[in-house]
Amino acid sequence: MLKFIAMKLGLALLVALTVSFISFSLLYMAGDPAISMAGEGASAEVIAAVRQQYGFDRPLLVQYFDWLMRALSGDFGISYYFKTPVSAMVAERLPVTMTIGALGMGFALCLAIPTGVLAAAFPNTWVDRMALGIAVVGQAIPSFWFGLILIVIFSVNLGLVPASGTRSWTGYILPMIVLGYYATPAIMRLTRAGMLDVLSADYIRTARAKGLHWGSVLFKHALRNAIIPVVSLAAVQLGFMFGGSVVVESIFALHGAGFLAWESISRNDLPTMQALILIFSMFYIGFTLLADILNAWLDPRLRAG
Amino acid sequence: MSDIPMNHAAPASKIVSPSRVLTAKALRHRSFMLGFCVVGTVALVALLAPWLAPYDPYKQDLLARMARPVFMGGEWKHILGTDALGRDYLSRMIYGARVSLMIGFVAAMISAVIGTTLGILGGFFGGKVDAVVMFIVSVRLALPATLVALAVVALFGGSLTVVVLVLGFLLWDRFAVVMRSATMQVRQMDYIAAAEVLGASVARILWKDVLPNVLNALIVIITLEMAHAIILEAALSFLGLGVQPPTPSWGLMISEGKEMLLFESWLITIPGLALFVLLLAINILGDGIRDITAPEGRN
Repeated sequence: MLKFIAMKLGLALLVALTVSFISFSLLYMAGDPAISMAGEGASAEVIAAVRQQYGFDRPLLVQYFDWLMRALSGDFGISYYFKTPVSAMVAERLPVTMTIGALGMGFALCLAIPTGVLAAAFPNTWVDRMALGIAVVGQAIPSFWFGLILIVIFSVNLGLVPASGTRSWTGYILPMIVLGYYATPAIMRLTRAGMLDVLSADYIRTARAKGLHWGSVLFKHALRNAIIPVVSLAAVQLGFMFGGSVVVESIFALHGAGFLAWESISRNDLPTMQALILIFSMFYIGFTLLADILNAWLDPRLRAG
Repeated sequence: MSDIPMNHAAPASKIVSPSRVLTAKALRHRSFMLGFCVVGTVALVALLAPWLAPYDPYKQDLLARMARPVFMGGEWKHILGTDALGRDYLSRMIYGARVSLMIGFVAAMISAVIGTTLGILGGFFGGKVDAVVMFIVSVRLALPATLVALAVVALFGGSLTVVVLVLGFLLWDRFAVVMRSATMQVRQMDYIAAAEVLGASVARILWKDVLPNVLNALIVIITLEMAHAIILEAALSFLGLGVQPPTPSWGLMISEGKEMLLFESWLITIPGLALFVLLLAINILGDGIRDITAPEGRN
């Protein structure tokens, strides 16, 4: 088990290092950062001064290691646009994103797992069709449009929840639904497929033959085995949700990290963009690593491979 | 082959050609046909846009701003009304179909080439090659696609070409994963061993034996990733960092209509519904192709 964890950890670190290099160099491909910092129409002397002051004249690799070392100690530089330290800004905004991410995942699991189990328990019935319907619609509905429609219905027409902001907890309801519904189809399909597999196993027939209650067979015996692949999928989806938070936070005007990403990107604020791309990637890598370890713990067969 | 229902015209003793079996299966698959018809219609509308659109989608008529669509008491002159600049909404919707389908198709093709190459190489050679492929896939998955796409468009400008390229270079992960496992299965087959014994070159085996046998899975992923690219383009345009105005893009139209959300919600309902129906149709088309080409043919 320890060897397995060490291997996965090493791989995750390697991925993290590569991602950090990509997110660093990606933003240098667009042109000279000194020019974009100095602003449009700056004189050559000003640009040269900026280049020297910020060290843009050094080789790219040197700049990268410098940036990485600082990033590791939590220093992502000063935002070009907001003129405040990037790490302080991100730390202030992350809790909002993490809250809607966790709420969204909770919503997705509560919707996807029971419907997935029921769909597998009653295949090719109306229950199955309805579950499939929920999944197909969830896959096709653009989250930004879904969010706007929910605002029109529940905030404008019915006045039940605020359309934007997080002054009260009700402001989190619509973002939770939009973000959660986005993750639902994949989780539900995997739950259903896994349950269909497990339900044809001998030990399920035995459990039923013993006269155990059908519900307890479904949720205690079958789901325990079917849920294993769902764990890694949920981790992956949680990572994707952070990316999706850009859209959701901009619709509901939630001032989280996703909204900050959109603000910094539309203002060419390189240090903030770099920091956020790196941080979102690290979350994804962390979640998937955690899922791998959790899976190995749940299913000893995985440790061998 | 006895479990495949024969066409009534053909005597039961005759061997039915595989393409005919597929067509028969496709015709009986209701959701596939529905998806096929809807996608086909949108594609036709996109192709024939200059002849179908009643007005120039870019022509502003400031005297006829915000005319309501017919179903909301508007006039037949502008069936779907006009936007805040007095441009005919129906014409913009028709030209918007072009943008969506073009971006979806080209981006899916680019990512299909990248992902299939990686997946087939990893699945066929295994070992170190496979480890490298899986590593590249993990790196790609760790990068937040929406953020990277937004950043690239912000840095390089929001032309159609930039949007198509960035989506094409971001959405290949599923191709790589699915093609890799499909190739691994094909790799075990006797005909691959036979080709190797006969002395066929690796390139020939990959091209002539592996690729044709993973093609069904590839087509399914192409349709699903096309939907993915269309939805992402709309999201980017909605955030103002995709296709730029005045180009008619459904995502951009929703973004422009957002300003009038409280009073004229039809401005976002129409393009959103079109987007939703198109994506739904592409998805059920993809699911349908998977069902039809599955060897055992479920249901």
